[in-house]
Amino acid sequence: MKSLRKYIDKIKPKFSPGGKFEKFEYTFDAFETFLFVPNKTTFKGSHIRDGVDLKRTMSFVIIALIPALLFGIWNTGYQHNLAFGLDTGFWSNVWYGLGKILPLIIVSYVCGLGVEFIFAQIRKHEVNEGFLVSGMLIPLIMPADVPLWMVGIATIFAVIIGKEAFGGTGMNIFNPALLARAFVFFAYPSKISGDIVWVGGLGKATTVADGFTGATPLSFAASGKIELLPTINELFIGALPGSIGETSKIAIILGAIFLLITGIGCWRIMLSALLGGVAMSLIFNAFAANAYMTLDPLTQILMGSFLFGIVFMATDPVTAAQTNKGKWIYGFLIGIFAILIRVVNPAYPEGTMMAILLMNAFAPLIDHYVVQANIRKRLKRIKK
Amino acid sequence: MSKTINIKKGYDIRLVGEAAKNVTMIQSAKHAVKPTDFVGLTPKLLVQVGDEVKAGTPIIFNKHDERVVITSPVSGTVEAINRGAKRLLEEIVIKTGTGYQSESFDIKYTPDIDRAKLIELLLKSGLWASIRQRPFSVIANPDDMPRDIYVSAMDTAPLAIDLPFVIKNSLEDFQEGINALKILGNKNVKLGLPHDCTELDSLKNVDITYYKGPHPAGNISVHINKTAPINKGEIIWYAHPQDIIIIGRLCRHGHVDTTITIPVCGSQVKSPQYFTTRKGVCIDTFTDIINTEETNRYISGNVLSGTKISEKGFLGFYENQFTVIPEGNEYEFFGWIKPGLDKPSFSRTFLSRLLPYKKHVANANLHGGHRALVVTGEFEKVFPLDIYPMQLIKACIAENIDDMENLGIYEVDEEDFALPEFIDPSKTEIQHIIREGLDLIRKEMQ
Repeated sequence: MKSLRKYIDKIKPKFSPGGKFEKFEYTFDAFETFLFVPNKTTFKGSHIRDGVDLKRTMSFVIIALIPALLFGIWNTGYQHNLAFGLDTGFWSNVWYGLGKILPLIIVSYVCGLGVEFIFAQIRKHEVNEGFLVSGMLIPLIMPADVPLWMVGIATIFAVIIGKEAFGGTGMNIFNPALLARAFVFFAYPSKISGDIVWVGGLGKATTVADGFTGATPLSFAASGKIELLPTINELFIGALPGSIGETSKIAIILGAIFLLITGIGCWRIMLSALLGGVAMSLIFNAFAANAYMTLDPLTQILMGSFLFGIVFMATDPVTAAQTNKGKWIYGFLIGIFAILIRVVNPAYPEGTMMAILLMNAFAPLIDHYVVQANIRKRLKRIKK
Repeated sequence: MSKTINIKKGYDIRLVGEAAKNVTMIQSAKHAVKPTDFVGLTPKLLVQVGDEVKAGTPIIFNKHDERVVITSPVSGTVEAINRGAKRLLEEIVIKTGTGYQSESFDIKYTPDIDRAKLIELLLKSGLWASIRQRPFSVIANPDDMPRDIYVSAMDTAPLAIDLPFVIKNSLEDFQEGINALKILGNKNVKLGLPHDCTELDSLKNVDITYYKGPHPAGNISVHINKTAPINKGEIIWYAHPQDIIIIGRLCRHGHVDTTITIPVCGSQVKSPQYFTTRKGVCIDTFTDIINTEETNRYISGNVLSGTKISEKGFLGFYENQFTVIPEGNEYEFFGWIKPGLDKPSFSRTFLSRLLPYKKHVANANLHGGHRALVVTGEFEKVFPLDIYPMQLIKACIAENIDDMENLGIYEVDEEDFALPEFIDPSKTEIQHIIREGLDLIRKEMQ
């Protein structure tokens, strides 16, 4: 590693102010700090600092996403091969899945990081690592057949309008990955809803295997055909049509466990959102006005992107409520709205995305009232 | 009856280099007064190079309140007056002479001394500077009457001084100092002790509360917040136990004796141990026991809230330990993703959290670069005050005075934010932000 370090030290002056490539100073810094933790020492305040930094925090979220990603790769191939009556052998599925998903990941990272690097250079600050997670989330919440250019535009839109316009990482109100999905949803609705988009190649197919519809559990439920819903076991395993990373609940739960053990994911939000989802399902059960409302809470929670959303999206520390009490309220309402929107509103077959974006908007308000309670306590003390 | 308060939030950073409890007496050739130790004090010099001084001879005074003087901690000759950028007065170095002489004062302390006379005695002797006030952590205003006076004989910072151990050896002086505080503070003197401390049970004239828990359970702010929080307009005074011992000595014997006992500790100290010396001692006194083979970070105080000094630097007026750790100014290949069994961390992403009692060698590396404040909910885990730390930090950054007041800035000191600063993955200089917030409000109020 010493020779690598020597080489970096040799080329570093070229990227420093006054050097030939000074315009790429922060891009160079991003790559350098990826390879080596800098030799910077403290000069104010605490002399010792925790070994943890944002790079580590963010990369641990990516590690948590790996099970969902790997399953998504396999399942994309599996669904395709199943639809067309092809060989559903393991490697055949994986190769097809890789062919679909790797380009999505590359486009997402290249477009998103490209915008991040440009803004870091313009604003003269180091590149924040926030997009490392968003860049992985975006492909995982898209259908396998979504056009690459659409993902590129959606990513650029999400990073510029959703994040940089608010001042960059840490300042954004809405989760950038969800904004990218919402952008595709509203700009190109035919590419992200209906029955044929969730399975690779189905959109252009002329013949498919007998009985294969490509319908997701949510579309069965929304059309009232709850007798066609997969079993709980099938929902758990997730070899079903759906967004790339959202189908396998086992993979998501593995990620959630990893996030909870390492303390990166907020257990308050995950638990309260789960409770909210169960509560809303039970309320619907009590009314049972249609078939969708009669679905039991477990099925509701295992359907669609509910679990994926509450584990990886609702817990985004920047856009969630920041106070602990606020996190309980925020999570619970996400759970409530996710089920409410999906069951009641026919326009949005998946309510989780809308529920999280909605609560992103309300998170600062929730925090405001939580903090106000603390302030009132302090003011009350003065009056005594 | 005294009670025990259990502090649950916080974190003990376990470091290599704890001082052994054997005390060696050591004479130092140099001591210094550092005007920068005194927040908000505008120093005016009273001595020149070559002047002879005694312990208790005024060296500087506060331009804004001439009654407040800082005196020499030892007797000897003024050897140097060191200035920094913009002629900032940094150090007044005193070379110790033979023998120890103290100024004599015409006011004599008696147990029934008048409060005003006692204040005058403390002001003249320079010991008034040991009494600081909350909010703002500045030298107390002699014209104020504090609501309470708090003393914490519990230091929970990493490698911190064992205060009951030190006080026990000067118990009579400490008791007399407490008696004097009682006169100053309208009889309300509150002492915080570790829950397992039995050495100081015999103390009188003081309201004792025991505290149990991880750092910052020993911080003054925590003690105030858990017993009677500061409200806007209220003033609390506080003093360090070793300063109270020095006040006690002045009361009992009539002269200034700044003898203190300090641990010289940290992983770069070959045999960490306690020393008895005087205030403002120079670190080169301890060169023999410090490992100088690699670059060191010399700290007057503890690793969380102490002050960086040079290898020939001096102990600060309010600090009671020297810590020496490696500087750590080197690159680490893929350091951010290593399992980290050897890294002290609050984060459970490091395997070191599986060994909570393991002691670590920590260096002064930042372990990352400055980033936006992103992670939430972590500061609250190590911040035991009934305050929203993240919101208060943001109010300070925004210089929003109303929010700062509402969110409890009067109840905190920068040292309370040392642990949040330690664990912050965004590497924000939180203590500095809080100090600037406090300074801003103080200036607005003047």
